[in-house]
Amino acid sequence: MNTTHYPSAHIFQSPETHTLSVVVDNEPGVLARVVGLFSGRGYNIESLTVSETEHEKHLSRITIVTTGTPMVIEQIKNQLDRLVPVHRVVDLTVSGKVLARELALIKVKGKGEARVEALRLGDAFRARVVDATTESFVFEITGKSDKIDEFVGLMGPLGLVEYSRTGVAAISRGPEAS
Amino acid sequence: MSRQMTGAEMVIAALQDQGVEVLFGYPGGSVLPIYDEIFKQEKIRHVLVRHEQGAVHAAEGYARSTGKVGAVLVTSGPGATNAVTGLTDALLDSIPLVCITGQVPTHLIGNDAFQECDTVGITRPCTKHNWLVKRIEDLPRILHEAFHVAKSGRPGPVVIDIPKDVQFATGTYHGPKNIQHKTYRPKVKGDMDAIRHAVQMIGKAHRPIFYTGGGVINSGPHASQLLRELVKTTGFPITSTLMGLGAYPGNDEQFLGMLGMHGTLEANMAMHESDLIVCVGARFDDRITGRLDAFAPHAKKIHIDIDPSSINKIIKVDVPIVGDVGHVLEDMIRVWKQTQPTIDKAALQKWWDKIAVWRGRKCLAYRASDEIIKPQYAIQRLREAVKGKDVYFTTEVGQHQMWAAQFLKFDEPNRWMTSGGLGTMGYGIPAAVGVQMAHPNSLVIDIAGEASVMMTMQEISTAVQYRLPIKIFILNNHYMGMVRQWQELLHGGRYSESYSEALPDFVKLAEAMGGVGIRCEKPSELDAAIAEMIAVKKPVIFDCVVDPAENCFPMIPSGKAHNEMLFGEAVENIGDVIDEKGKMLV
Repeated sequence: MNTTHYPSAHIFQSPETHTLSVVVDNEPGVLARVVGLFSGRGYNIESLTVSETEHEKHLSRITIVTTGTPMVIEQIKNQLDRLVPVHRVVDLTVSGKVLARELALIKVKGKGEARVEALRLGDAFRARVVDATTESFVFEITGKSDKIDEFVGLMGPLGLVEYSRTGVAAISRGPEAS
Repeated sequence: MSRQMTGAEMVIAALQDQGVEVLFGYPGGSVLPIYDEIFKQEKIRHVLVRHEQGAVHAAEGYARSTGKVGAVLVTSGPGATNAVTGLTDALLDSIPLVCITGQVPTHLIGNDAFQECDTVGITRPCTKHNWLVKRIEDLPRILHEAFHVAKSGRPGPVVIDIPKDVQFATGTYHGPKNIQHKTYRPKVKGDMDAIRHAVQMIGKAHRPIFYTGGGVINSGPHASQLLRELVKTTGFPITSTLMGLGAYPGNDEQFLGMLGMHGTLEANMAMHESDLIVCVGARFDDRITGRLDAFAPHAKKIHIDIDPSSINKIIKVDVPIVGDVGHVLEDMIRVWKQTQPTIDKAALQKWWDKIAVWRGRKCLAYRASDEIIKPQYAIQRLREAVKGKDVYFTTEVGQHQMWAAQFLKFDEPNRWMTSGGLGTMGYGIPAAVGVQMAHPNSLVIDIAGEASVMMTMQEISTAVQYRLPIKIFILNNHYMGMVRQWQELLHGGRYSESYSEALPDFVKLAEAMGGVGIRCEKPSELDAAIAEMIAVKKPVIFDCVVDPAENCFPMIPSGKAHNEMLFGEAVENIGDVIDEKGKMLV
């Protein structure tokens, strides 16, 4: 039986993954505010992408993939919305029309059969070769996070050296702005 | 109207334009240009505190007792870091403050310069918002924006960090007119459908209760009036959090007293057994709810709060209404008058009969003594002595604070200043300084504990300097009383580090600092001593030596629900009442 004073375990809810799009004023410290909110209140960040999107209006879009119970997700959205430089918070997962992509650069080293196999798989995943030496490739791949996970997994035994991912950028489908 | 002036002049101009009359601060290298401007003007009174934490608490006391924004000015580095406790305190209790901090010149930022610290970085999580002003062009806008952010929506502290070169730079100042914030637009009007639904539910309730908090006070005296009207119209019982005391008259028949960990039996039982809780400007804090899975198991909940993030944070509610308490109550009363719901009078009478039984147990009763002063008795006598007087109370944190909340009765809002959310020992003296600055002719009393007082007692010197006749009423039990109580109840009576072995002679201390000291050790001498304290027109330290073993009851132990309270007589079998998991909590 639960005997704590404090929130969390009082109603059992299973965690969900949500993609949030946060439009903020591009002012100094705004990212620190958002990230500090997550660490300070113990929320998860699975992926975080940020860049200026409208230069004249000084707007940036922060895309955050987070997990939590429905109550925690609601809290996260309310807490984000309450930050002074935040214009709006859109839960793309709730709107159900999320288009989410990630880009990765993947370095693979190898010779002979492994090298050929890596190239073949790269083709199958529509990865582009953006750098090549006689003993290595750098692939550029774009897609959903699980596609990238899968590709990275396949490269493992074929000489994966290192890789870098951008994190998720997301937007809603259809003609409306989210 | 725009004029050319330096950054430092802009600060003073903006403070004046925003109606600031008192500024609490402490000078230092990085704010000297602003202090120079303070010297040249007479509209704003500067109060020199003895420590920056005191400046922020004083501004809090000022803000809470007036409803205005409190203003603070401190220097860079240690000035800013010393202010952090006060800022956090104001954030947790939603107190509007504007704190201006000096910063090293822009070209030195990041160089570990003398008295440099990352002020905006440090204060980001303990303010509602903060700004580092790097360009003189931004300064006037930010100064006015800061006041707007601090006082609107859910109020809170803000910090403006101004590098010294920006204070010296010249630019164009403009007044506070037409400041429209790009992103920040708090919602004050509640959703009408939700309000109609809420009124309907109120009309149908059989065992209802109003649960009110600091949001009512923050909404202004008008909100307290509306609350009284609604409570009277419905005939429902009402309870209040620590922060909300005074919004509803403490002596009224319908008021059940404070609820929560040290709340009354009738308030907590009524919450537990209710079928409708109308939460007005409170936030279901853990000191209120006790065990969450046993919190008000039969009740539907209506929650009025200006901060959407307070809704469903801890307790899932049935009807959330986001808006300012004053606006929402006004709409509720209007809808009530239009729809004229018929309350089930018989059911309500049954509910009041039940409450009468709980009340009949007199949960605040304590064993009186004519040998030693009981702390509860001291507060009761103090209450009697100030009856009918224009009086403000501040407190420190601990047992004395809870006794004050239980035994003082407030008829008006803004008369009770206490550190609720953060629980900051040392809050009371500087807060009293701030209150007395705002109300020079009123009686201002800090109900204190001897341990809390030691944390900020240097501010007595401030009170002496500005001839502020604050009264520091110490319930001296030689212990950090609440720590001792928990050690007695939960840790086998092992009083680890909670006894004060070397207390000062408070009478001599008062005299050394330029005030008046009074000591009282006998119940029979208490009334005369209190009368003397009130009569003195100087700062007073009243050393009221009380029973060191007294515990603060009733009490909901850790990990227990509202209907599992402890009382003074039930102390012996405490071991069975708190389980292992409960001991983990504070």
